[in-house]
Amino acid sequence: MSDSLHLDNYRYLLEDEVLLQVLSNSFWYAAITVPVSIALAIAMALWVNTKLRGVGLLRLAYFTPTVLPMISVANIWLFFYSTEIGLLNNILGYFGADAVNWLGDPDISLYSLMAMTIWKEAGFFMIFYLAALQTISPDLYHAAALENASRWTIFKRITFPLLMPTTLFVLVNAILNAFKLVDHLFILTKGGPNNSSNLLLYYIFENAFSFFDTAYASALTVLLLIILVFLALLQFGVLEKRVHYR
Amino acid sequence: MMSDFLSVSNLSRSYGEFHAVNDISFSAKQGEFIALLGPSGCGKSTTLKMIAGLELPTAGKIEINGSDVVNTPPGKRNLSMVFQSYALFPHMSVKENILFGLKARKVQKQERNKRLNEAVEMVDLGPHINKKPGQLSGGQCQRVALARTIVSNAPLCLMDEPLSNLDTKLRAEMRSEIRSLQRKLGLTVVYVTHDQIEAMSMADSIILLNEGRIEQASTPEAFYEHPETPFVAKFIGHPPMNLIAFDDLLVGVRPEHIGLVEQGGLAVSVVECDYQGSETILTTSFKESTIRLSLAGKRVLAPGAAVNIQWVPENEHHFSSSSGQRIERTNSVMNS
Repeated sequence: MSDSLHLDNYRYLLEDEVLLQVLSNSFWYAAITVPVSIALAIAMALWVNTKLRGVGLLRLAYFTPTVLPMISVANIWLFFYSTEIGLLNNILGYFGADAVNWLGDPDISLYSLMAMTIWKEAGFFMIFYLAALQTISPDLYHAAALENASRWTIFKRITFPLLMPTTLFVLVNAILNAFKLVDHLFILTKGGPNNSSNLLLYYIFENAFSFFDTAYASALTVLLLIILVFLALLQFGVLEKRVHYR
Repeated sequence: MMSDFLSVSNLSRSYGEFHAVNDISFSAKQGEFIALLGPSGCGKSTTLKMIAGLELPTAGKIEINGSDVVNTPPGKRNLSMVFQSYALFPHMSVKENILFGLKARKVQKQERNKRLNEAVEMVDLGPHINKKPGQLSGGQCQRVALARTIVSNAPLCLMDEPLSNLDTKLRAEMRSEIRSLQRKLGLTVVYVTHDQIEAMSMADSIILLNEGRIEQASTPEAFYEHPETPFVAKFIGHPPMNLIAFDDLLVGVRPEHIGLVEQGGLAVSVVECDYQGSETILTTSFKESTIRLSLAGKRVLAPGAAVNIQWVPENEHHFSSSSGQRIERTNSVMNS
């Protein structure tokens, strides 16, 4: 156990090439899933906030992925992604395209994970945006309509700025989730092939419970913590100034 | 004769079976100040929203400056609006709030700033233009909303209960301010209110709505001196007009037109005496009716005391108790 107190573990962080790969994966995973799921969440919230028939069902449909545990979601998506019987490849085959090895191709596996994550997260964030949208007074939109403001102007200058407090909250959650939700890796790729879809938390798990290197896993955990603290500070520091709280 | 700047004909709006606005017609000349008055739920705000284009009529026509605007989007009707909630954008500074419309309409920067400065000067907002609405008082928010109207240069301004969120003192101040602004800019104003004092003191003509229909449309003087129905009689004046049942007649007399006399007149008994400073409101009962009197100065009368009251026949209004319509004066009840 004396190893765990030894600086060698931290020194190894700098030399570990797999870690470099994992960090790069984690970075891209967050950098793509977070903005895309937020943008989708806003779009869906705007869409279901209108007075349409059957909008209740639509809201429910968007919210379903959130209710499901990550493990079941991953099991469902396994049937979408599987090479032989998978839904996606069947659709591709219908159009005469070649089958894609969604989870087995190192160039694609991480993106397959991202797609599933976005599907899972966007519905959850939509609920927050929907709640925020409903607190915006219709008078503001009436006033804008009287000024002949275009829909884009209204979104850019009124809706989006008034959603900023929600966006900050969602952003913090989304980034945390990007680092702490790895359940789907157990089902779909186990970080492979060749670490192409490995993420930091899963790498920590591997070190601790597959390679039984608790000491190095601890060092990695400290690294994860530092990254999370840094991200949180960055978000509050940069965005806080630009958020208008009522 | 000048033609009508705004003309509303046979306008209706129903929600299922409920007729919020039921076949109303009125018009306003350029520079006229019209008040849409009525109790809550009478359809006055719905009417205003239909003129603005924020609500679609189920039937009827709205003409602004000679052209039918029913199918014109709100932003192209060339009008401005002041909302009860002020509808200020909470995340923008006062300046940005005022400029929002001009930017949306892509007005040149030089012109924008010129109009901004004029408007800020007119409503006296100079020191506040970089503040957010949350840092302003209710009266200042009201001024920002007015400045927004001023910079728009729109000839028609719709106001939806603009003063109801202000306290009494500020309300009186803003009344005269809005009125003088309207005169200075030559604005045609449609002003929605439930407050008869606002309507009486500001408007050139008043339209009183009740359950989606026009109860009476005339000048403030005519509302006071010549109410067409008991509803109008009760709605205008404070305290409201007394309506006393005499056989098949409803006789209306305003509290301020009744005086106490030593003998003769009507024998009534005192119910309550309410001292209000400049006047005392005396509540009395006569048969099944309650009669209120507004007496100058302080008067103390014990409940139950018998007093005689009198008014001059000219101040008496007669309504048929069956049809509710005004009947031109026959004989004064004072003489019978």
